[in-house]
Amino acid sequence: MAYLAAHPLLAVVVPAALGLVVMAGGRRAVRALKWIAVAGPLATALVGIAWLGGDRAAAAVQADWLAQGGAVMTAGVALDALSAVMLVVVGLVSACVVVFSIGYMAEEDGQARYFSVISLFVGAMALLVTATSLVTLFVAWEVMGACSYLLIGFWYRKPSAADAAMKAFLVTRIGDVGLLFGLALLWRETGTLVIADVLAAAPALGAGVVTAAAALLFAGAVGKSAQFPLHVWLPDAMEGPTPVSALIHAATMVAAGVFLIARMWGLFEVAETVRVAIAAIGAVTALFSAMVAITQTDIKKVLAYSTISQLGFMFVALGAGVWQAALFHLVTHAAFKALLFLGSGSVIHATHTQDVREMGGLARRMPVTAATWCAGALALAGVPPLAGFFSKDAVLHAALGHMPLAGWALALASVLTALYATRVTLLVFFGEPRHDGAPHESPLVMTLPLVALGIGAAGLGAAAGPLAVLWGGEAGLDATVAAISVVASALGIGAGVALYRRGPALDTRLAEKLGGTYAFIAEAYRIDALYDRAVARPVRALARWLADRLDRRGLDRAVEGLPSLAERAGRLVASLQTGETDLYVALMAIGLVALIGVALWMGV
Amino acid sequence: MLLSAIVFLPLIGAAVVAMLPASRANGARWLAALVAAADLVLATVLVVRFDVGAGFQFVEMAEWVGQVGIGYHLGADGISVSMVFLSALLTFLAIVASWRIEKRPGAFFALLLLLEVGMNGVFLALDFVLFYVFWELVLVPMYFLIGTWGGPRREYAALKFFLYTLFGSVFMLVGIVALYLHPAGGTFDLLVLAEAGLPASFQWWVFAAFFLGFAVKVPVFPLHTWLPDAHVEAPTAASVLLAGVLLKMGTYGFIRIAMPILPDAFAAWQPALAALAAISIVYGAALAFAQTDLKKLVAYSSVSHMGFAMLGIAAGTAEGIAGSVAVMFSHGVVTGMLFLLVGMVYERTHTRMIADVSGLSARVPVAAGLLAFASFASLGLPGLSGFVGEFLSLLGAWGSTMWPGWVVIAAVGVLLAAAYMLWMVQRVVLGVPSTAVEGIDDLSGRELFALVPLAVLTLVVGVWWDSLLRFVDPAARALAAVVGGG
Repeated sequence: MAYLAAHPLLAVVVPAALGLVVMAGGRRAVRALKWIAVAGPLATALVGIAWLGGDRAAAAVQADWLAQGGAVMTAGVALDALSAVMLVVVGLVSACVVVFSIGYMAEEDGQARYFSVISLFVGAMALLVTATSLVTLFVAWEVMGACSYLLIGFWYRKPSAADAAMKAFLVTRIGDVGLLFGLALLWRETGTLVIADVLAAAPALGAGVVTAAAALLFAGAVGKSAQFPLHVWLPDAMEGPTPVSALIHAATMVAAGVFLIARMWGLFEVAETVRVAIAAIGAVTALFSAMVAITQTDIKKVLAYSTISQLGFMFVALGAGVWQAALFHLVTHAAFKALLFLGSGSVIHATHTQDVREMGGLARRMPVTAATWCAGALALAGVPPLAGFFSKDAVLHAALGHMPLAGWALALASVLTALYATRVTLLVFFGEPRHDGAPHESPLVMTLPLVALGIGAAGLGAAAGPLAVLWGGEAGLDATVAAISVVASALGIGAGVALYRRGPALDTRLAEKLGGTYAFIAEAYRIDALYDRAVARPVRALARWLADRLDRRGLDRAVEGLPSLAERAGRLVASLQTGETDLYVALMAIGLVALIGVALWMGV
Repeated sequence: MLLSAIVFLPLIGAAVVAMLPASRANGARWLAALVAAADLVLATVLVVRFDVGAGFQFVEMAEWVGQVGIGYHLGADGISVSMVFLSALLTFLAIVASWRIEKRPGAFFALLLLLEVGMNGVFLALDFVLFYVFWELVLVPMYFLIGTWGGPRREYAALKFFLYTLFGSVFMLVGIVALYLHPAGGTFDLLVLAEAGLPASFQWWVFAAFFLGFAVKVPVFPLHTWLPDAHVEAPTAASVLLAGVLLKMGTYGFIRIAMPILPDAFAAWQPALAALAAISIVYGAALAFAQTDLKKLVAYSSVSHMGFAMLGIAAGTAEGIAGSVAVMFSHGVVTGMLFLLVGMVYERTHTRMIADVSGLSARVPVAAGLLAFASFASLGLPGLSGFVGEFLSLLGAWGSTMWPGWVVIAAVGVLLAAAYMLWMVQRVVLGVPSTAVEGIDDLSGRELFALVPLAVLTLVVGVWWDSLLRFVDPAARALAAVVGGG
């Protein structure tokens, strides 16, 4: 353990190297190697555990990448309270997901590709949380994006999967360009990209620079963490295998934006204007995607919009100035949302559908999945004493204390959260079965990870105290906030039970009654279509116009004097049958004449 | 003698290969590969023995045309070293990749070696006349490679390439003569000229002449229209060297000649350079987005990437110049890979139309994987080489005196690069296999031999930036000091 804690790079190298081994092993070897791949995330978690366990002699690993203009650009990893906790969370959730995948993906082609990219992803995520330099962080950030691309597009023959993969990469990259500019700005203003040095320099920077830098970094977070208006890629990303959704698109990568702001807190602390924007975007995202989640019929889409909404909660806490609350919610959310996604995977595995209208009554057939799912759903709904209650309480407390408007938006979002959590739980696991066939419980290799995550979802509330010690900040409940939170959950659950106890019929009736409004919400406010019309199509049309008109008929013809001359000369030469060599000589002669002319003009 | 050996060994090889009778095609292949390999070994020796801290090394100086002060002057700094290594590596791999060429293989390989003489010479010459001779020497073999071994419109494309470049180099020659005739000049020695302290107004005109010479080669918008035609018609090996090395001669010209000799003019021209760089980036990317032909897509992406090299140059800062050279190097490696792969796909499917080729993953996973890898490198994924230069160029440009708007426009190019590359991957690599790719074979051992070194280099430079930047950085800093850091 001491060795692990002293070598933080192992958290990165072990999973990444195992990924390469799995890749090299190929199709045959993956049957055995996928079990060994579990060691990667476990190593990542163990490094964090070792540090938390008291071996804090962690040597920072630094490498000077280049000396530039007198300043040195440094890359490196190191452990601190933030990264150690993140390593544990990332490692344990990833381990559960890898184990679950062994069962879930057992029948699929391309398992070597799957397990190697997952392992590589874990390495990249570990690099992200331990990075001491923004350059390192950015590299890890983008490598995760590439892994996400490869895994969303895992079933690459399916056009919708390939589309979704590209969309995810491109939309997040819009934010990444902002992040890149943030790095460039910080480099220009502070002469360093070492995080500690940047943060030390931050208070002395001008207000304009601080605001601009924080806003640019936040742009990166908006893309990665699927916040409005760059949230559109995450629902589509559900095209990937469900364990991937659990790991990358719920528990870890999408939380990287929250982590980034916490990591750069010294900057955001002094950027108050930006924090107001963060809270506003977080609140809007939390509220509006919770509404969408109520209307979805695809179980994974419900969870996707739920994830967007919950990440919005975290951003409100960041905006309110309490990063510890955001990170606490990140930790519990990682457990219960990964659990819900894996649970949905177990259900999809058994029923071969993702449509909640074709499920129902599964609790009898799949008791373990149902029980663990309920733990996750109750945690999501914020029911005490499950983990989500405590972390959401911390978030609400922060928000109501510092940014009341955003706080009340979150309270309303909490009602909606409890409502959609109840709806989907009832429709999937209770009531009359609405499916044919005989679904049965998943094998142990899939249910064990569910149980492990279920324990986390139920018990992680107890982590509040230790985390407060590690990160500073306050633990413990505020009675008023807790009351608001409980009332919100009760309202949502009560409404959910009242409305959906008899199955999904209400959806249809609502759709009829509300007509266009319902469809508008169910289609996520048609933002996708708007982007397609306002951005994607014009860009494509402009590119075509440039290619056909400007480049070929415009520019090329404008200098066409030359090419057409060339063509004529070519024909002439061809007709003379003298071959190309003579042409060259002729042209050289022209050049020589020009040269002599110039020489004469210059007065030689 | 090392530098002379690097430059002229391929010349001897070319002469011998050219003289082999047509019946000895196999001998020509092996001899050409051997000579190119030997030259690569020499280039590697240069890399290993180069002292990264010091300035120009392995300098060779001899009188050539003494009366007018033309000297035989070779020397290498870190920038030359990286370019010469690139040139030697790509020539060797291009020969390996052209192994099965059937039309007059002796002449083909001799021309490739002759091309290498010119390329290596340009990157090592420190005398202006010598530089110009090598610069022009490159034209001849490339003209014949396109015009003889090219596609249906090869003669048109070859001539267009030739005339554009010649048009530029005539102006460059005017600039050379003008420098020589100026009272403060009077020499062809690049290092002496850099100390000459020419008057600013004079510098401005000479810079204009050099600009035309170099900008056509890069190519900078709107002088780029020769490039897509040349690439589409050129045989694979010529495309690899054209994009991989020849374009870099243009940016190298700015770095080695225009900036150090004409620093005042550089300052005056900087806004124009920045504008053209930013426009090239976005324009090339937008055009790549609209292409239906794989090779044209890669060709227009080159315009965009070379725009980043120009952006770093226009920045004039240490980061910018280092970034520019890193872009040049990485673009050579990555675009080399892309053109090789497109050529290999074309050999099998006999089409380059994106619409006809799809689902490569399902049929030829190794080729598809490498194509996806090269595409990610090309779109600048961190961890692969393309990012290093793009990042430093943007960083340098942002920290320079140029109008920040150009940097923002350039960043749009970063987005578009991801869009056109991934859209290509989606249509060609992913999806259901089309009829054109049914029954084709995956890469052979020889083809992998040509591709794997480039893939490894992409990864090494991308992860360990310093492996490249240690050579580039001291020279970049020295140059930034000359042009005042922006």
